[in-house]
Order: sequence, then C-alpha cells, then structure tokens
Amino acid sequence: MAVAAVKARGSPRPAEGIAASLSGSLAVAEAMRQTNPDVVAAYPITPSTIMVEKFSEFVANGQVDTEFVAVESEHSAMSACIGAAAAGARAQTVTSSQGLAYMWEALYVASGTRLPIVLHCANRTLSAPINIHCDHSDTMGARDSGWVQLYAENTQEAYDNALMAVRIAEHPEVMLPVLHSQDGYTITHSVERVELLPDDVARQFVGEYRPRYPLLDLKAPVTVGPIVSPTYYFEMKRQAVEAMERAAEVIHNIGQEFGRMSGRYYGLSEEYRLEDAEVALVLLGATVGTARVVVDQLRSQGMRAGLLKVRSFRPFPGDEVVQALAGKAAVAVLDRSLAYGAAGNPLFQDVCSALYVRGMHVPLVNYVYGIGGREAMPNDLLQVFKELYRAADSGQAGPAVRYLALRE
Amino acid sequence: MSPMKLNLKELSRQEDLLAPGHRLCPGCIEPVAVRQVLQVAGPNTVVATATGCLEVSTTAYPYTSWRVPWVHSLFENAAATISGVEAAYKTFLRTGRWKEDQPINFVVFGGDGGTYDIGLQALSGAIERGHRFLYVCLNNEAYMNTGIQRSSASPLGTWTTTTPVGTRMTGKPQPRKDLTRIVAAHGVPYAAQASPHLWKDFMRKVEKALGTDGPTFINVLAPCPRGWRTPDDLGIQLGRVATETCVWPIYEVDQGVWKLNHRPREKRPVVEWLKVQGRFLHLLRPENRHLLELCQAEVDRSWTSLQAACGASGGAQGTPEAPRAAEGA
Repeated sequence: MAVAAVKARGSPRPAEGIAASLSGSLAVAEAMRQTNPDVVAAYPITPSTIMVEKFSEFVANGQVDTEFVAVESEHSAMSACIGAAAAGARAQTVTSSQGLAYMWEALYVASGTRLPIVLHCANRTLSAPINIHCDHSDTMGARDSGWVQLYAENTQEAYDNALMAVRIAEHPEVMLPVLHSQDGYTITHSVERVELLPDDVARQFVGEYRPRYPLLDLKAPVTVGPIVSPTYYFEMKRQAVEAMERAAEVIHNIGQEFGRMSGRYYGLSEEYRLEDAEVALVLLGATVGTARVVVDQLRSQGMRAGLLKVRSFRPFPGDEVVQALAGKAAVAVLDRSLAYGAAGNPLFQDVCSALYVRGMHVPLVNYVYGIGGREAMPNDLLQVFKELYRAADSGQAGPAVRYLALRE
Repeated sequence: MSPMKLNLKELSRQEDLLAPGHRLCPGCIEPVAVRQVLQVAGPNTVVATATGCLEVSTTAYPYTSWRVPWVHSLFENAAATISGVEAAYKTFLRTGRWKEDQPINFVVFGGDGGTYDIGLQALSGAIERGHRFLYVCLNNEAYMNTGIQRSSASPLGTWTTTTPVGTRMTGKPQPRKDLTRIVAAHGVPYAAQASPHLWKDFMRKVEKALGTDGPTFINVLAPCPRGWRTPDDLGIQLGRVATETCVWPIYEVDQGVWKLNHRPREKRPVVEWLKVQGRFLHLLRPENRHLLELCQAEVDRSWTSLQAACGASGGAQGTPEAPRAAEGA
C-alpha cells in the first residue's frame, strides 16, 4: 500500500481519465472491479441492487478474483465481511435502508474489531411506512457506529470516494470501516459523465492490503473478538475514537494524493462561493449540486450567497466548518434525516456543537428536506435563502427547525 | 485422509488446543466436546464461536484459551462469520496467497440458542451456499449463558427460568425442535448427532465431517450441571442415560443415507432420564402424570420416526442387532 502511494505521489501529471456515461451504481461497480476485493458479501436491496448485480457480472466473467458471497441477509453480509476481514481479506458490501438497519449491531463489531471493511450505501429512507426513495435516515442511523462516513455529491464523487474509501479504511493510522454514501436514485440511477481512472492507475492507487493480525496465519494464532471487561473496554473505545480523529488528516492527505493523480482534489469539506458570502447553506449529498445552481443564480443577481459541502460527516471537520462559517449573517443547515425530539437534526447538531465549543456564534437555522424522496427543488432552496436574508435583516432567526417543501 | 488412530494413550499425548484455565463451570461438558473436536481437527484449524458460555469463558481479555486462530463476532452470526473466513481462504488459494498443500479446517461452535434459534437463518444460509465448514452445536438444551432460559432445544416439560413451574404452567409447554433433521433436510453431505460419552463415535464423526467438501453439522449433547440441576460429576453419565432412553439418539446422515450408530441394548423408560435432573423433577409428581406420559410419547414418536428414516434410506441399522458404538474408557 505504501509503495503504491509513493508511486502515485511521484506521478508527474494526472493520469489520462477515461470518459464514460454511467449511473452512480455502475460507476461504483467499476471502482469495485478495479479494487478487486478478496470478498464481497451482499444481499440485494433497492436502490443499491444494481451495484451488486453489476459486480456479480464481473465475478461471473472472471474480471475479478473476488469470492462473492450471496448471503441470505444483510446481517450475514456484514458478518461475512467481518469474518473475511478478520481472516486478512479486503472485504466490501453494498446496501441501503433496511439492509443497513439490519446490519446495525454488526457495524459496531466491524469498527470495534478495527476491520477496514468498505460499505457502499445507496441512501434510502427507513420503514414505516415503506418507501424506497432517498433520504439519509439509514446512514445517519449508523452515525455513532464507529464508521467513517463519506457522502458523495454526484456520480464522479461516488466513483472517486469508492476508491479512496479503501485507502482510508486500511490506513494504519485509521483501521476503521468506511461507509461510502450516495443518494439513492439521484446518484445511483442518474446517468452522468464520469471520468474513470485507467485500471492500472486505479489498482496502483488502491494498492495491496497487508493485514497485521490475520486469522489465517496459523503460525501465530490470534483470538479475535474476545470478551472484554470494564478494566479494558473503555480504553479500547477511546483508541477507536482517536483513530477516527486521525482519519481526518488521512482523508485529507488521500484526497490530495488522489487529486495529484486524477486532477480531482478532495478534502473533508468544500466551500463554494463562500468566502465573501453573507448567507450560506451547509449540507451534504446530492442536493449540493442543486444548491450550487441556486447560489450561482443568486450571485448573478448580486446577492452574496454561498454553501459549505460536508463530504466527511465522520470524522466531522469541526474546525473547517467553524472557519468557513465565521462571520456569516445567517446560515441554514440542511438535514435529510430526522432526529425525533432532539434540539435539531444530525448535521445541525454537529454544526451547532462545533461553533459553540469554539466560542463562535453564527445565527443558525435547521431545515429538514427531502424525507422519503421528496427532492429539494431550486425554488425550495431559493426560499431558504430568502428566509435567511429576512432573518439577517431583522435579527430574528425564528424557529430553529423548519421543514422544506412540506404540506402543513 | 487415512483414519486417525483413536486410542486414549495416543490422544493423551496430544497438546490440548483448548488450554486449561478457562472459566467454564465445573462439570460442564462443553470443553470435553471441544477438546474431542480439536484433537481430530488439529492445529490447522480456524474456529468461529457464537456468543455463549464457551465464548465468554475462554477469551477473558487479555487471556485466551485458544491455541488455534479463533473468531467471535455476535450471537446469531457464527455461520455467516465462518462463511466470510472461508471465502477469504478461497480467494487466497485462487490467487496463490495460500498454499494448497496446507488445507485449513473451518469449525464453528454454537450453543443451542445460537444455533436452533437466533442463528438458524445464518446457519441455513451458510449451508445452502455450500461453504466448507463443520458446525458443532453444543446443545445444553437452554440459554445457559444468560441463566437458564428456554430455547427451542428445551424438551417438553423442562423447567427453565422462562418456563417456570407455577400453578398454571408446568415447564415448557412445547416439545423441542428437531434441528438435526432440519439441517439434514438441507441436503448437507453430512449431519450427525453425537454425545461426548461415546467419544470414539463422536471423533469419527468429526473426522468424517472434516474430510467432507462442503457444509457439515454435528449436534452434540452437552450436559450442563448448572442448568440441568445435576451434580457436577454426572455429565458423562447423563449422556449415557440420554442415549439409553433414546432421548438423544446417536445417528448420522451421510450423503443422504441415514444410519443409527448406536442402538441401546434395551430402550429404557424416559423417567430414568428425567428423575436424575432437577429441571424435570416436577414431572414426577402424581398430578403431572399425564405430562410424563406425553414426554414418553414424544420420545417414542421421534425414535420410531428416526428408525424408519434409518431403515427406509438403506442404512442397514433398522434391526435390533445394530451395533453399539464404543464408549471407550
């Protein structure tokens, strides 16, 4: 892995990309093919299914060395990934919604055992009522499970993140599983122009995985998953927290290395026309694309609007967020999931905490949007900016939590 | 693979792959069964264990009793976990990262809770997918690790802490699930029932299972002094009573052929099994006579059905002259 990293860093100029028209699902499947995981264990669930169908074709045609385990449930998918990763294999899975919820207890085992599994998630809301469309309830439900969480804005990022996720997870300073999210349908089923890396470049970037304590080393038998008493448990958890904190720098560095190789640079967050902005949105996922259009529209009318995209939700880039939002007249944090009865919804909570602990006050409001697949349209986001200006002008923020494009 | 020599002198010289000093209860038969399995499997073995007595008692961090690679992740997913381990091994073989001349045995230990109940789906899935592993169910007929709650392996009338004997209820109202037959119905190449007191029979079964390319299953009766309310030194003897009363028949289904491996000289009444265990004593009260009859009827029914299966599928063991498996010591 280290060798590959050095070589990639040494590349004189970005590799020639291969332009393709692909849906997010097919782009992620391509990244999986190039990664060539040792084991993929997955169970079909809409809207993630196409990724695993496509990957099955790669297996069937001998384009990968992967052992594909077509398990009987998502619980077993994550469990088989745990077994495979413990054995010393590079393991991946794909899921959505109820599938991720069904994996829930095993997610904690993966992170607690420090297994660098990569999970490609096509975001979908949770039952009931049953609904197959996008929101972030599924992955936000796994927010505190000890997994790194990356959110893609579009197909290109879904592909790029799928490759970077492997490097982040397996980095010796991290050794935590990575959940790689993309909005169901909006990204997974929309065909966009995407630039793929040539196979050899992608493979070199991902590199080889050298596990430190593989179960299959018969000469040095290890006990994986012992029972741990209160004497040691807390310290182990603290170590995982530290690994998550170290992941911030690793995500940044790997994003830069990826940029030198591909021309596409990534950090933990991304500012868009934010520096001189008076009002701003903070959000993650595919709606960032819509918000960019709205920001441009407002800018063309002379209004100083901007946005902050959060790419890495875990670890949360608190310093970057605070720096980016300092001095704004009013900011709206957009959440695509619900935290019932909480003081605000997941992204809002993190933004608030990040500001408060750094002694910073920025007028903030929280908008819930897109629940169960109700897409936020440009006019909806224009409405948010309008309300932000009103709050900034009047000095009255109004209700902290609001619902966008909802019949009330 | 030539059959291994099974004599006590040889076996006593082998290094124990489950080290002493574990925290299982005195008189627990689980470690006896585990040692018997590992003596056959040897050091080239990877073990997965479901959450349960065995797991919590052998891996109290920073210690471990396991001298072979061992993995535990959750209660209900041991079969899925070993699926992943075995899948990784297959990829390593295919890509030349593992030498073919050093095959690994994949062995799972789960209790009846982790196997009959919460882990049944994962087990069924792993069997259907055809992974190469031996699943050993250490069956002590209740959730002992959490303090003796009923499982679907608990027999009719069993007292447990969730089927207490009260004024309206007299222990578990339902007969147990016949898991070995359920596993056999998957069409596995090898499934069997065994008991550690018939150690040669059990170890031969382990050997046969490990020599099979595909999923294999052995359901082992593992007497539990704490949960069965029996003296600590009775475990092995209880296995004998269980087979002599036909409460726990010793048989195998090898490539679809059903075979009785042990036929009691004289089928003893079930009361002989019940009367030595605190968990069944209420069944001996005069007012519960009907329950006692039901217990006997249930044993008779399953014994008759098993004999029919053994007779019908060509296993020539349906006669009273069927051999008795050697008990050894």
